[in-house]
Amino acid sequence: MTKNIYSNRLPVVQQLREANELSEYPKTVSDKRIILIDKTIAAYGYRRDALLEKLHVAQNIYGYLEKKILLHISEKLKIPPSQVYGVATFYNYFKLKKPGSHAITFCLGTACYVKGAEEILSAVEREFNVKRGETSADGKISIFVTRCVGACAMAPNVIIDDEMIGKATKETVLDKIRSLL
Amino acid sequence: MKPEEIQKIAEIEHDMRMAYKYRIKVCCSSGCIPFGAQKLLKAFEDAVKELGLQNVCKVARTGCVGTCSVAPVVLIDPGNHLYQNVKPEDAKRIVQEHVVNGRILEEFVYKNEAYFSKQYRLVLRNAGKIDPLRIEDYISVGGYSALAKALTQMTPEQVIYEVTVSGLRGRGGAGFPTGQKWNFVAKSTAKPKYVVANLDEGDPGVFANRTLAEADPHAIIEGMTIAAYAVGAEKGYIYIRSEYPLAIQTLKKAIEQAKSYGLIGDNILGSTFNFDIELRLGAGAFVAGEETAILSSIEGLRATPRPRPPYPAVSGLWGKPTLINNVETLANVPLIILNGGAWFSKIGTPKCTGTKCFSLTGKVRNPGLIEVPMGITLKEVVYEIGGGVPEGRKFKAVLVGGPSGGCLPESMLSLPIDYESLTQAGAIMGSGGIVVIDDESCIVDTARFFIDFCMDESCGKCVPCRAGLPKVREILDKIMVGEGTEEDLKVLEELSYLIKDASLCGLGQTAPNPVLTTLNYFKKEYLSHILDGKCPAGKCNIKRMEVVKK
Ligand SMILES: Cc1cc2nc3c(=O)[nH]c(=O)nc-3n(C[C@H](O)[C@H](O)[C@H](O)COP(=O)(O)O)c2cc1C
Ligand code: FES
Repeated sequence: MTKNIYSNRLPVVQQLREANELSEYPKTVSDKRIILIDKTIAAYGYRRDALLEKLHVAQNIYGYLEKKILLHISEKLKIPPSQVYGVATFYNYFKLKKPGSHAITFCLGTACYVKGAEEILSAVEREFNVKRGETSADGKISIFVTRCVGACAMAPNVIIDDEMIGKATKETVLDKIRSLL
Repeated sequence: MKPEEIQKIAEIEHDMRMAYKYRIKVCCSSGCIPFGAQKLLKAFEDAVKELGLQNVCKVARTGCVGTCSVAPVVLIDPGNHLYQNVKPEDAKRIVQEHVVNGRILEEFVYKNEAYFSKQYRLVLRNAGKIDPLRIEDYISVGGYSALAKALTQMTPEQVIYEVTVSGLRGRGGAGFPTGQKWNFVAKSTAKPKYVVANLDEGDPGVFANRTLAEADPHAIIEGMTIAAYAVGAEKGYIYIRSEYPLAIQTLKKAIEQAKSYGLIGDNILGSTFNFDIELRLGAGAFVAGEETAILSSIEGLRATPRPRPPYPAVSGLWGKPTLINNVETLANVPLIILNGGAWFSKIGTPKCTGTKCFSLTGKVRNPGLIEVPMGITLKEVVYEIGGGVPEGRKFKAVLVGGPSGGCLPESMLSLPIDYESLTQAGAIMGSGGIVVIDDESCIVDTARFFIDFCMDESCGKCVPCRAGLPKVREILDKIMVGEGTEEDLKVLEELSYLIKDASLCGLGQTAPNPVLTTLNYFKKEYLSHILDGKCPAGKCNIKRMEVVKK
């Protein structure tokens, strides 16, 4: 997911403030999935350098990185929340907002761009009234943008819920999404 | 495990393979999997069983042969017959005809000989030959014998000597002499030392490193272990981008196998040398591939570059001497150790030895992954291997070196591919992306696309890059809607040079390349937007002229 470096400056500070209000956590946690995260943390011997690995595991389990999860990891590893938050927002791969039930990921790498990915993306944005990086009002679809999924020879590529559509056209993509809704 | 045992495994494996008259190999790389490669593998296995050919015909997975545009592909040995666009329902017919009747099915045969004839597969030597998930397959084609040779017959100094003689230069982009880099790390006295294999491959439009990891993971591990022996490191990290799940799985498995065979770990091959490898995942940050940013990322921090000096060779991971090499660089190493540096130095050109993998994409007939000797011309790559632009369109430019590479016109196609020639032309080798664009693409839009990418990926640490790139983008935007002036072009150029000169890391230092090369070679197109209010490609939405006309 692409993010403008400016657009994620201010919210970091704001969200940190909100995060502080939640600092009671994790004593209140009752989520079983957290055990899986704790296991990973223990497997890495509570090493602070493997922070990214833990964030990956957490995102795999929860689908996105909820604030309370970040705080939990911060507490367990004894890393300041600001640092955990800073890392999570720096890397485009980590999602901090709950995604919709269907994920439509557009590759906007060079090969796909040259082959017209932008036109397909605009058409989808228009038809379903969702912008890139956002989730539709009904929570049904989220549009993500990534830079190269590594199948450039089949460009343009669109990934719809784990299914890759190669040599995509406006019609194939729109039809596929319509069939999901 | 002892060194002699490697030879024994190789012999047994070879005999086992030869016991089958036919060997069917299904490409199971990321290029073919989305198009049904796994189902195809199963279909071939079923077909062989159904026809009762289990003793005659072996079915296995293999890595990418590079013809990703006709995925999924299947190879049949002996004869290395390449079948393209195969569907699961065709499997039985192919087995029946090819194996039982000994007849080749012409309708599926990949006929484009030119695609392979100009290539030289060194790094990708095993792609399409072995099953990447079996270490025994790698050993059977001579794998790990270079490690055995280094550990039993060579001192670390001799290893570095051979690599220096080979003339091998870093494939990660900058082309720094590998032997020299190893020497720096070896000379650093602080302990412990680290080796980092760079598999971040953040260039959008490049998949060479991924293909290597998926097709031949042990070549990376072996090269890395030899490097560690040469510089005296005991711990290594492979930093891989998280967008490559199959490569991650493949490498994970390969590391486990190498450990269980005692090829990494403690007392490797009975020597006193210990080396352990850990996999680290990136998380979608282009700048994390930069050699100091990668260190921050491995330490669990935001991937922001650090000023150099001190160089990682002196002060890298946790302040200790660290060797950072691209995985393609490392995969060359076993060959250099086995065949000698002098042998390697004869491939390519005198100043740029060896080969380079390129992802050839965009508007060409045969996109895919290729490996060519250094010094080959862009023309040969685009027209002979790539087959030129598809019918009815006109070649416009070739983008070499990724988002911070250059945009070269037809007149530059006779340029040989080597570090110096490309840099001189305003492009870079980068991580090996060659994207062809035709007359449908607008040059200004292309430049803006790359600036946009670098702007998104700028880590924000230094001002020229953080504040300069948005300004460049603003001007390009202005030109694209027809509001640019000739004065803007001057500012654009000045600003670009300023960003190049003043940025902290390679990202900012190369980001303006697309703007500078397009200004240099395609000024006419910029002027056409500015003076005539026309976009030659008909892509930009130019308002001004309409307003004037009214
Ligand atoms: C912005 C930026 C991104 C980079 N990305 C990569 C990358 O993805 N993979 C890589 O091997 N090198 C990358 N490099 C180059 C590395 O800094 C470094 O030169 C290289 O890994 C050294 O290995 P080599 O000597 O084997 O080429 C990047 C450099 C910059 C400035
Ligand atoms: S650019 Fe889209 S897959 Fe590589």
